[in-house]
Amino acid sequence: MDKRNNKGWLFLLPAVLFLGFFMVYPLVDVFIYSFEEGYNSASQTFFGVGAYNYSYVLHDPYFLQAVKNTFILVIITVPVSTGVALLISAGLNSVKKLNKLFQTIYFLPYVTNTLAVGLVFMILFKKTAYSDGLINLFIELFGGSSVDFISGPYWAKMFVLCFYTIWVVMPFKVLILTSALASVNPQYYNAAKVDGTSKLRTFTKITLPMISPMLFYLIITAFIGAFKAYSDAVALFGTDLNAAEMNTIVGYIYDMLYGNSGGYPSFASAAAIVLLVIVLTITCINSLISKKYIYY
Amino acid sequence: MTNYTDFVRKSRSAGSRKAAGRVVIYALLTLWALMVLFPFYWMLLSSVKSYGAYNSEFIPAFFTLSPTLENYVSAFTAVPLGRYFVNTLIFTVVTTAVMLVVTVFAAFAFARLNFRGKNAAFLLFLALMMIPNELVIVTNFVTITKLDMRNSFPGLILPSVTSVFYIYLLKENLAQIPDELYLAAKVDGTSDLKYLFKVMIPICKPTIITIVILKVIECWNSFVWPRLITDDADYFLVSNGIQEIRENGFGRENIPAMMAAVVVISVPLIVLFLIFRKKVMAGVSRGGTKG
Amino acid sequence: MKVVLQNLSKVFPNRSKKGLADVIAVNDFTFEIPDGKLVGLLGPSGCGKSTTLNLICGLQTPTGGKIFFGDDDVTNLPPENRGVGLVFQNYALYPHLSVQQNILFPLQNLKGADKLSKSEMLAKAREAAGLVQIDELMSRKPSELSGGQQQRVAIARALVKMPRILLLDEPLSNLDARLRLQTREELRRIQRETRITTVFVTHDQEEAMSISDIIVVMRSGVAEQIGEPQEVYDNPVNLFVAKFLGSPPINVFSGKVADGSLFIGEDAVLNISGVQNQEVFVGVRPEGFVLDKAGPLRCKLSRVEVMGRDVSIISTHGASVNPIVRSIINAESAENFSTAEVRFAVKPAKVFVFNKETEERVFFEVR
Repeated sequence: MDKRNNKGWLFLLPAVLFLGFFMVYPLVDVFIYSFEEGYNSASQTFFGVGAYNYSYVLHDPYFLQAVKNTFILVIITVPVSTGVALLISAGLNSVKKLNKLFQTIYFLPYVTNTLAVGLVFMILFKKTAYSDGLINLFIELFGGSSVDFISGPYWAKMFVLCFYTIWVVMPFKVLILTSALASVNPQYYNAAKVDGTSKLRTFTKITLPMISPMLFYLIITAFIGAFKAYSDAVALFGTDLNAAEMNTIVGYIYDMLYGNSGGYPSFASAAAIVLLVIVLTITCINSLISKKYIYY
Repeated sequence: MTNYTDFVRKSRSAGSRKAAGRVVIYALLTLWALMVLFPFYWMLLSSVKSYGAYNSEFIPAFFTLSPTLENYVSAFTAVPLGRYFVNTLIFTVVTTAVMLVVTVFAAFAFARLNFRGKNAAFLLFLALMMIPNELVIVTNFVTITKLDMRNSFPGLILPSVTSVFYIYLLKENLAQIPDELYLAAKVDGTSDLKYLFKVMIPICKPTIITIVILKVIECWNSFVWPRLITDDADYFLVSNGIQEIRENGFGRENIPAMMAAVVVISVPLIVLFLIFRKKVMAGVSRGGTKG
Repeated sequence: MKVVLQNLSKVFPNRSKKGLADVIAVNDFTFEIPDGKLVGLLGPSGCGKSTTLNLICGLQTPTGGKIFFGDDDVTNLPPENRGVGLVFQNYALYPHLSVQQNILFPLQNLKGADKLSKSEMLAKAREAAGLVQIDELMSRKPSELSGGQQQRVAIARALVKMPRILLLDEPLSNLDARLRLQTREELRRIQRETRITTVFVTHDQEEAMSISDIIVVMRSGVAEQIGEPQEVYDNPVNLFVAKFLGSPPINVFSGKVADGSLFIGEDAVLNISGVQNQEVFVGVRPEGFVLDKAGPLRCKLSRVEVMGRDVSIISTHGASVNPIVRSIINAESAENFSTAEVRFAVKPAKVFVFNKETEERVFFEVR
């Protein structure tokens, strides 16, 4: 038995080392950092211990801007992407022809590099000296006036960010919802059909409750994902997100760490913990609500 | 009871309504398919337009009659795209390989071996699955900087290796193999290690392939960590590379060349996906969220 | 409401592989179900009985033929307009709804002139629940019910909208043996009380025999025989029906008709007339044997099973198609068996003769 004891840990050793060094230790450390005031990364010294880092971050206009942006992004993209994904999955599940082809196409954004395809979106929406960009041409075609979505007004930029974010998160949702819908026993639909249930009623009274566990799982992951948005914004607006007014909370953390405004791991830690608190709160609220609606 | 004579009429109108519904559904599906495909088409199209042609189009043309490959040439010559490519390849292969070894051993220990503190250790592992990357990245950044591993492959790779979720996924799969097989192998005098490699891994090959594919996608698209840890273009991965190209790229706003770079970066994963379509989609639906 | 199936056919085109023939699930099925009867569709799996049920309820449309409910041609009607109630094999109760909500569900679908008020719906639901005796379970979820209770809820849900036809798909197959007996009686009672024409599908001949007014024995999409259970049992039209009905199953021997005698192997068991000389299969029901020291049928005794009232004699015979010959005789007429050989006479009414090629029944008269 003793021999076995050692052996088990031996197999586990690499994982324990990696996780200990790059996950457990940092996890403890980030809390310590966040309370060390005036930390200097060059001399690795600090003045004292306290909540100053939090106070600084919470009063930093860049952070507040980032929080505002992140919340707007969450509030728009989570319901819209979930709703559209539900619509598309339901459509996909009700047809047989071309089903596989559509599924394959819909999944493509998942395997593409967010930064790279973001560039394409930038070009489509951007207004340059040479051209107003394709999207603006369409807007003009329908009688609107063109707007620079990339370096123009705030809501135009926010629109592109939301649009691109939805485009990026759709594959995962469509995939999950399509398989959730397909796993509903067709007997229930037959039973509803024999009883003369209308399509809409079948969907709201049978399909939705049946897939509700998956739906709530998706909504929770969508919330978490949207709160951690960053790469999409960089892809569209470049690395200097503060200047573009399009920074996100995660972007703020990285900017504090590194780059033109970097070198402040204490502030970054405090911001990271604020993010953690926000995400945990939202997740708790979500699961409380879901307990009410999920039937098992 | 209701009047049953108007049933025939009812059923006829139901038929045509069904057909109309089908048209609406296909229209919706096609619309979204176009939304998904259009950016890909646009990047392919722009990448084969010449610099002059592209910039002279105030109204962008939806096709080109004189495609050129010059942008692809300049993507590899004017900017070190090849270098980024090789870097990413090294990063992806090494990270995935190390991750696989670590994951297989850990999953094996949890699924098959008995040792003191196993359950507590596994609970701790599960708890770690909840930890967002953003929380630990601050310290990792400081650690790697202190160890003077910025702009190096170890600095890039080491913190990217750990994947609690994959350990969990593989452990669940390994645990499904019946105990009798292990006992039979023991009776035949098979060592644990041999049993792992000759029996367990072959049986769980589908899961291992899934994990590898997911990790490859993750590595190929990773951006945040490489951006923090590299500022020397010699160590850029494709994501940072494309950002670099965008900001300081071809000396001028050369969008066709940029698009050529984007195409080159996107193609490997798309090809991989089209080959392993079923495995990728099954793997992702088993719990892989992006990022 | 009487139901008429007229030359009904259902062909599933084979899409998957080339060269394979289309699957004919139901083949030219004509049958009239009289009003208010309980009809059992009986057959081995894959015989087309479930397809027939789906055709009647409208979940599938026939590729040929017509279906009438009374005088209405419902062939092309969608199921919701047919006024049928269907009980699924796995009951298909909505797991997220309570028993009451499940039973109310069909009523809430009604629109326009048929629309009911809340209190009317509740009254109807209670009535249906009372009929199947689940009144006290109304607030439970299906997962909190036993199999038998779920079955009752499913029946109540099918009955609540007063269907013209009630259809049940393998209604008893998901219940354990004891519940099956009980539920069988229950089904019979509910059908008697409601007088709704009821069709159910089963692969269990005992089940079909015990409660049906009429049984339909199906094989490969064709109705082999239709009739009252006892009638079909006593007068099977072919070897398949004879073998399918009866428990324990019928004993089948190869034999021949020669010169006015019916032979099982070399044993001339009956003197008959009206049949040409030919090779035949001879079926003898287990209860068709009579112990007789001078009987013509000579079997080798294997063992005797005493089951209270009856005695089962297991023996072998060279001409038997099955490995054993099972005969059931009254315990009182049983005696001590000391010899290795046991001899029987047969009851002519329990002996059926079938043509060896066609397996169709050959009728004979006893001389």
